[in-house]
Amino acid sequence: MNIALSEQQSLALRRLLETGLPLTSRPFQALAEQIEASEPQVLEQVQRWHEQGLFRRVGLVVNHRALGFAANAMLVLDVPDALVDEVGRRLGQAPGISLCYQRPRRLPQWQYNLFCMIHGRQRDRVEAQVQALLEQHLLDDLPHQLLFSTHLFKQCGGRFAAPVGARSDG
Amino acid sequence: MTPNSLARRLIDRFQHGLPLCAEPYQAMAQALGCCEAQVLDCLQHLQVAGTLSRVGPVFEHTRAGASTLAALAVPEDRLHQVAARVSQYPEVNHNYAREHRYNLWFVLTGPNRAHLDNILQELEHDTGLMPLDLPMLTAYRIDLGFALETTP
Repeated sequence: MNIALSEQQSLALRRLLETGLPLTSRPFQALAEQIEASEPQVLEQVQRWHEQGLFRRVGLVVNHRALGFAANAMLVLDVPDALVDEVGRRLGQAPGISLCYQRPRRLPQWQYNLFCMIHGRQRDRVEAQVQALLEQHLLDDLPHQLLFSTHLFKQCGGRFAAPVGARSDG
Repeated sequence: MTPNSLARRLIDRFQHGLPLCAEPYQAMAQALGCCEAQVLDCLQHLQVAGTLSRVGPVFEHTRAGASTLAALAVPEDRLHQVAARVSQYPEVNHNYAREHRYNLWFVLTGPNRAHLDNILQELEHDTGLMPLDLPMLTAYRIDLGFALETTP
């Protein structure tokens, strides 16, 4: 049984994890040295967080553009509130949909409440895939739009942990 | 195994999970029948090439803090300037131009909702543009892994 990390060490560890594991033989040892803890302490804390569901997944985080998935499209639909859970669950299970979220409408500026992300290699194939999907689920009469990305300004992992004191990341 | 096929196998096998042990790269190497040095070398190459963003956790934002999807309708001639202003925040992790009147879309993450509200207010004040604030209400699918072979 290892001594649990202090609150400050935990926060520092979360900040380090947000930028990824070092690519060295003993990555948790390397992280432990940076927060003045031991490798087993760090590993135990990371495993505990994982069990508690703090992480969506732990693995290789790839940049889909660099892999050739350049056609990144956001499908937005205006689904009646009473149907949005059912439509969301169905589209969420459809092949090719990588994210499916309900978000609030902001009337009058924004009428859409269901958001799906589709990543593909070619724009025309993504368009055809979306059209087929909407027809298959009898949704093509609902107001919807397909917003392709035209430029990526920034992409990195989320930074959730609050800054530690006034320390800068350098 | 060529470096490329090792890269493909590493990505396909370990996007969704990797062994949480003291020597994870050694464990990955064993699973794929190669040696640790090859795995580390391959991951370093992928990172330099920009294919690999990082190795590690993707935080569950509903537990890790607050997040929202925001959008701005930016006059075309100011798009790059406003995008640069938005990207300056460490709290912004995705920032895309999209084809729509709302043409700049970004994800904000932070320790709590008040933190995000401050940033949205700052952006509105600095740019004169009113952000759409679209926090997630329900997740029906959150998978972010990519099957290399089967995606169009």
